[in-house]
Amino acid sequence: MTTPVSGVPAIEITGLSKSFGTVRALDGLDLTVMPGEVAGFLGPNGAGKSTTIRVLLGLLRADAGTARMFGRDVWHDAVALHRRIAYVPGDVSLWPNLTGGECIDYLTRLRGSGDRKALRARRAELLERFELDPRKKARTYSKGNRQKVALVAAFLSDAELYILDEPTSGLDPLMESVFTAHVREVKEAGRSVLLSSHILSEVEKVCDTVTIIRNGAAVEHGTLDELRHLTRSSVTAVVGADPARVSALGSLESVNGLRTTTSDGTTQVTFHADNARIGEVLRALPGLDVHGITVTPPSLEELFMRHYGDVIEADEAAAENAGQAGSR
Amino acid sequence: MSAVVTAPRGGRTAASSSRSTLTGTGRLVRFMLRRDRLRLVIWTAVVVAVYAASFAPDGEYEVLRDDAEAREKRALVLSAPVMTMLAGPGYGLDDYTMGAAVANELILWLVLTLAVMSILQVVRHTRSEEESSRAELVRAGVVGRHAPPVAAMIVVTIWNVVIAAASWAVFVGMGLPARDSFAMVAGLALAALVYAAVALVAAQAMESGGGAIGVAFAVLGGTYFVRTLGDLQERHGGALSWFSPIAWVQQTRAFVDLRWWPLAWCAVAAVVLLVVAGMLASRRDFGAGLVAVRPGRAGARPFLRGPVALAWVRQRAGMLWTAFGLGVFWLATGTILEQVPEMGEALAENPLYARMMAGTEAEQIRAFAGMIGLFAATGAAAYAIVMGTQVKADEETGRAELVLARPVGRVRWLAANTLVTLLGAVFVLAVGILAMAWGAELTGLEAVGPGDFARLGVAYLPAVAVYAGLAVAVHGWAPRATGVVWAVFGWSLAVGILADVLGLPDQARALSPFWWVSDVLTEGAEWGHVAGLAGVAAVLLVLGLAGFRRRDVPSV
Repeated sequence: MTTPVSGVPAIEITGLSKSFGTVRALDGLDLTVMPGEVAGFLGPNGAGKSTTIRVLLGLLRADAGTARMFGRDVWHDAVALHRRIAYVPGDVSLWPNLTGGECIDYLTRLRGSGDRKALRARRAELLERFELDPRKKARTYSKGNRQKVALVAAFLSDAELYILDEPTSGLDPLMESVFTAHVREVKEAGRSVLLSSHILSEVEKVCDTVTIIRNGAAVEHGTLDELRHLTRSSVTAVVGADPARVSALGSLESVNGLRTTTSDGTTQVTFHADNARIGEVLRALPGLDVHGITVTPPSLEELFMRHYGDVIEADEAAAENAGQAGSR
Repeated sequence: MSAVVTAPRGGRTAASSSRSTLTGTGRLVRFMLRRDRLRLVIWTAVVVAVYAASFAPDGEYEVLRDDAEAREKRALVLSAPVMTMLAGPGYGLDDYTMGAAVANELILWLVLTLAVMSILQVVRHTRSEEESSRAELVRAGVVGRHAPPVAAMIVVTIWNVVIAAASWAVFVGMGLPARDSFAMVAGLALAALVYAAVALVAAQAMESGGGAIGVAFAVLGGTYFVRTLGDLQERHGGALSWFSPIAWVQQTRAFVDLRWWPLAWCAVAAVVLLVVAGMLASRRDFGAGLVAVRPGRAGARPFLRGPVALAWVRQRAGMLWTAFGLGVFWLATGTILEQVPEMGEALAENPLYARMMAGTEAEQIRAFAGMIGLFAATGAAAYAIVMGTQVKADEETGRAELVLARPVGRVRWLAANTLVTLLGAVFVLAVGILAMAWGAELTGLEAVGPGDFARLGVAYLPAVAVYAGLAVAVHGWAPRATGVVWAVFGWSLAVGILADVLGLPDQARALSPFWWVSDVLTEGAEWGHVAGLAGVAAVLLVLGLAGFRRRDVPSV
């Protein structure tokens, strides 16, 4: 199989909307995944990740907007497109009376099997790496093991695009790293991946680009570097200068949330600096007798929280109110 | 487990530690009763309805009260060996009073009903809870190790006592002797508790709820056959009969010559089984069984390579069991067709059968066989609905999604399930009709020949297909409304049984697909209508597939 390098996006969604009754699950979502790209798809439960994926799979019909995979309509060409993709749901349900091995074989055969011998070897390898016993009845599998069945079936198919909807929920950390390794393999082979998740460290490890979705619309999209560039790094410095001079830093436009603590004649100063104007900060620092400095780019979690910070604040406020009401 | 922690007031360690494994039983009992309040009402209503139907004015038992001739005729019918299979050991046949008839004919069916209820109930609250992780949540609370099974047994005992009390009130209200009535309803409750205890043992042994129910049902079936063989061996029951709780109730000779001691066997068996269950429960780990689940195939058989094959794998066991169970029943029915005219005179006064029992003996037999054919078709229709609506669960759980995300079109997936369902329904109907024909053949019946049976089966087939089509149509357009299919089914059942009694107009009867077929063996089937039904089934099917193509999966 040749590496797909054509310019046609693996996934191209524009202005996608979908409502269930009065609930607006998707509200003008845009999302693009280029060939060979591993795209992270972030958002808390209920943000619309699974709805998006079901639209992509041709299971749900969009109310407005377009969704295409490899340039073809996801609804009309569903069956043809499904020959080129592999899918892992977040909550896997299997046929209780079949064994895990039977489920894997059945799902694999639905795609039409290619080279039988190679397939068998690959199957054995995947079963071993995911430590899955294929002889157990599906009804007796734990959530993690059912997830493994779906993962093995997905990685067994030689797909051009892998659509993974919270694929590691229920997996232990060891299995999670096996999963990460497989995503990297797939990426090296030039395939595309859409990884929906709320495990940010996982996304940070394997994804090239990230889309953050909120209330059914994308609120952030770009490579991790781009996203970081648009945001602030946190700076911690230990300085020997007079605290009064240090607090003058706060007047710089690029500095936010300045805090200082003084002990034993040195002052520890922490603040957030706009990445785009970090030079301003660097020019101001030499006069402060810097003993040590660390500059940390924002973690994905911080990026994520910037978009959901208000939710958390509202929650905290609500908790506080409830606490006050309770103490009254 | 520390007795000090779980039983704070426990001064005597030994006593309190045995009690501590039962901590929380009372709360669990209350919780289970709350969870099951609707079920209890329904099951009680079902049992009471059985009595109400049997005891209705002009009902089959009521006529026995004052009519000596009717008593003799009924006794004659019931003394046939086949009727021994479907009733009891035949106490009181020489003076077949109303009470004797009730005991002889109803105990078997009531024990079966109550046993099924008790088995499902016990497993539902023990092994099924353990299998899902709900019991883990409960057991992590202040709840002793033995509390859930003990609570389940207490609840099922309460149920049976409630039902027995209601039954006793009905019996006494009908003017039956209070003492004998009490023996019968108490016997029924005790026998049900024996099966509940069997279920409890099975729940310890098997790792899955389904497995436990299967074992308990197998025991129920086994005890039925042992009882039947014993009663066939010898009038009033042979040695074999005494190995069955069903016989223990029948052998009280209620309403004939009451004796209490057979009920002691029920009590002894229940206690022994409960002790066994307790011992097993103390030894095993949470979630574990004694019979380990056997490992299955590491890979699928070569033929499992498409939706049709998968649907077949999933439906075949249900199909074979349904065909077998109904087949045995229709076989037995086939063997008694010959005796219909004898029964007929007793039944002629019953408005249910009055129309059928006019005419010559041969005509009566043909009319009766036609009605049984309708019931066989009704059974096949129920099978088609159950299997045809399975796709709904597939969608709800996400199994459908797993398949539809592969290169499998929606129409292919739904059509595959429907095809297998339809073939299964045809099989169930064919086996039923063949079994009945075989039964008739065994008794040398001439009034209804093989050709008639074949015509019966073919005539009802399209009507059965209409139900499969209806299930698909509803699933395609309004998957949450599968109740509609059952409503139509319930209606046609009512039309089939009660239309003449209630004097329903034809417009109301026409809502039943079966009505269009007409009386196949007496007036001849309306073949035009039959073809029309086939057309309707096809249209429903196409409609359903079209609807399924355009809607969301799963529909929310």
